[in-house]
Amino acid sequence: MFDLTGKCALVTGASGGIGAAIARALHGAGASVGLSGTRVEPLEALAGNLGERAHVLPCNLGDKDAVEALPKEAIAAMGSLDILVNNAGITRDQLFMRMSDDDWLDVLNVNLTSAMRLCRGSVRPMMKARWGRIVNVGSVVGSTGNPGQVNYAAAKAGLTGMTKSIAQEVATRGITANVVAPGFIATPMTEKLTDEQKAAINGQIPTGRMGTPEEIAAAVLYLASPEAGYVTGATLHVNGGMAMI
Amino acid sequence: MSDIADRVKKIVVEHLGVEEDKVVDKASFIDDLGADSLDTVELVMAFEEEFGIEIPDDAADTIQTVGDAVKFISEAS
Repeated sequence: MFDLTGKCALVTGASGGIGAAIARALHGAGASVGLSGTRVEPLEALAGNLGERAHVLPCNLGDKDAVEALPKEAIAAMGSLDILVNNAGITRDQLFMRMSDDDWLDVLNVNLTSAMRLCRGSVRPMMKARWGRIVNVGSVVGSTGNPGQVNYAAAKAGLTGMTKSIAQEVATRGITANVVAPGFIATPMTEKLTDEQKAAINGQIPTGRMGTPEEIAAAVLYLASPEAGYVTGATLHVNGGMAMI
Repeated sequence: MSDIADRVKKIVVEHLGVEEDKVVDKASFIDDLGADSLDTVELVMAFEEEFGIEIPDDAADTIQTVGDAVKFISEAS
């Protein structure tokens, strides 16, 4: 099950906790992986760790030209592009009353527009191959909203609508497009929270704990696999029961 | 010209899975050859690749028939 031998996957945000776990899972299933991110050092370290079939493809997702070049670079490095995982995301949290246009635009640009551009650039080779998997990493807040994250929640909700529309357009070509929506996941980012903050968060989660990057990666691996060929336009919530939607 | 027409017809036959004798100059991709809108995008992509040309979106919209495609490609290449 879930054998990705011979498939080539591009993962954005691979320098982060969740992205690295996704890259490891896909690589572990036999795929070649293109590791994209802004910080080259952790990407190189991850690639070194994975060994063969790992390629470092640095990209600033705020840069339109760099984003449009990325799928081509991935194909040049790996030979094809069968699986796209839009995992990269930024936050610019701020109360809505104080949110600047730049806070809004930066988050929309990186989290939504760059994902759209990468989907557009990847669909072409996938259509030719009559096989493709797009997995966009959303967030529970795209469904529930979250105070202080008007921009982020809007971008993640937008990702869902975009993914469902793409899914309908390309379904006849053997390409699926789905969303994995994590809840609270333990990463270096959440490590900064105080014990009280963590306890408050865990109190809202039926499982009583935060998720792990590996639990997100497992959901991505499933949706990227040949076995998930009949699943498209779906949102797979991985949130410990925090929001049952 | 005839070489271009032959190559265009070959692509159309292969891509749309239609009988060769139906792929005449006047045949509309959508109305006569059963293409959907995504097929027409893919055909344009295939033409671009085969002939090493760029077909801008507004030009692609004018390519409705096999003859349109042959004419556009002959002028562009």
